[in-house]
Amino acid sequence: MGIELTTETLLEKPATIAALREGIASGTLTATELAERYYARIAEHNPLLNVYLSLTKEQALEQAAAVDATAAKGDPLAPLAGIPIGIKDVLVMQGAPSTAGSAILKGYHPPYDATAVKKLTAAGAVLLGKINCDEFAMGSSNENSAYGPVRNPVDTDRVPGGSSGGSAAAVAANLAVATLGTDTGGSIRQPASFCGVVGVLPTYGRVSRYGLIAFASSLDRVGPFAGNVRDAAEILRVIAGGDPSDATSSPRPVEDYAAESDKDVRGLKIGIPEEYFGEGLDPEVRAAVEAGIEKLRGAGCEIKPISLKHTKYAIPVYYLVATAEASANLARFDGVRYGHRSASATNLSSMYRLSREEGFGPEVKRRILLGTYALSAGYYDAYYKKAQQVRRLLAEEFLTAFAGVDAIVTPTAPTAAFKLGEKTDDPLAMYLADIYTVTASLAGICGVTAPCGATSAGLPVGMQVLAPHFGESTAFRVARAVESASE
Amino acid sequence: MSGLVSMEEVERVAELANLDLAEDEKPRMQRDLNAILEYVAQLNQLDTAGIEPMAQVSDLLSHLEGAIGADSGHGALLRADALKASLDRAEVMEEAPDTDGAFFRTPKVIERQWGSN
Repeated sequence: MGIELTTETLLEKPATIAALREGIASGTLTATELAERYYARIAEHNPLLNVYLSLTKEQALEQAAAVDATAAKGDPLAPLAGIPIGIKDVLVMQGAPSTAGSAILKGYHPPYDATAVKKLTAAGAVLLGKINCDEFAMGSSNENSAYGPVRNPVDTDRVPGGSSGGSAAAVAANLAVATLGTDTGGSIRQPASFCGVVGVLPTYGRVSRYGLIAFASSLDRVGPFAGNVRDAAEILRVIAGGDPSDATSSPRPVEDYAAESDKDVRGLKIGIPEEYFGEGLDPEVRAAVEAGIEKLRGAGCEIKPISLKHTKYAIPVYYLVATAEASANLARFDGVRYGHRSASATNLSSMYRLSREEGFGPEVKRRILLGTYALSAGYYDAYYKKAQQVRRLLAEEFLTAFAGVDAIVTPTAPTAAFKLGEKTDDPLAMYLADIYTVTASLAGICGVTAPCGATSAGLPVGMQVLAPHFGESTAFRVARAVESASE
Repeated sequence: MSGLVSMEEVERVAELANLDLAEDEKPRMQRDLNAILEYVAQLNQLDTAGIEPMAQVSDLLSHLEGAIGADSGHGALLRADALKASLDRAEVMEEAPDTDGAFFRTPKVIERQWGSN
């Protein structure tokens, strides 16, 4: 590789938002110094990790200077004033290209900001740049990016997970205090687990999808990554809320998730679904998650075995629903309005076909083909409609379970981070990396994943805490309890 | 869910999806589609007669509103049907592969064959 970096210098836990805010408010730290420090660290480690696809230094330093001017006057600071944050490249943001990890959008400069991005800026955050991911958020290892894979800072021969692999790796290597990612079938939770950071799947509709380059619209969510549960909760509070630009967003009031996360978990009923602890679960992952469950018991939670018997159908349902929606969403990339247009096109039809053939990578084509097939005449009822029916069974099963428990705890992924190249030849094996995360995606419920231990090789293991629709406060509270028992 | 996907079906689906697969991509896609479809066939073990398909999470919440006590705050946010400013045309057109400033330009849709009918 020609780059000599030890794991120790790569891995670094970010300072907490509260500590940085206090430093900036009291004048012991300036937002400008902080931003410069992050850009220096990015310059040092990005060549190896390949986390950032583009940097927005000029506008970041302008924002930092504005925060410093406010602090110097002694005026009150916005909730994320001066906090360096990175944005997954499927969210549009002015001032940098938005590629979605795809060659078809190479060099595309969006004319507007995603709502979540706009809310972070309004809250004073310093947005460092755009972060690598699987092409159109399709993948579980970040190896499907047209701009090269991201490496896991815990072990650089391993994947960081996907599709928000860069967003997870950025926090693990302290190349941002927090990041935004997106989760359609596990794309925030699984990489958070692989990299040893906190990741949040907000309830469907809790965060606006406006400005998110769509993959599967009935499943796509925007959520934060952070180094600790409280910080993830603070970021979610800023980006959550109804948005007139997204008709599926909810106007329900946003709670103070960080304050809620500090509440005692004593007496909470935690469901442990047996289906998430069966065949395919790595024994070391199981041991770490069980240790986490014991911590919850020790903190006064009531642990209840439960059953979610349709779990095994979730991967088939997910890969039919998600690909069907993707095949429709990705029809917009046709070489007409933005993005790549083939130079070899001779007429309109060949322009569409060649632009798409040249611009999309293999996994994206595979999913478009599968989705088109599932929606095509003669197969619609057998595949797409059937999947939607089973989706309802899966979702209702969660609602029934939540009538008896406050939260459900499972492993986030069946294994710790795997090696680069290990699964690239077998799409089905790759899809099974999402086996514990797709269920919540289909049901629309929320969840938080937090580190609960490590394997004997030192690879992080995440615990997934699921809560009912709009039950983020409960999920944060349980995740925080596991985190504080480990401190 | 019937049988395996033939090479002709791979080509037909690629055409529906406006993808011009390279010759060497086709066998790989056929292999992968078959492996995935074989895996999803396990859904046939479930009897889903009479179950309403779930297309959106909001379907579920409104359907079960009474049962789970979902709050009245949830539901589609419909905007007013009113005129408002959209994105700046010049900025949008800057991203187009080919434009005259007002419209997107594309290769000809219908090719006339002069004098060779």
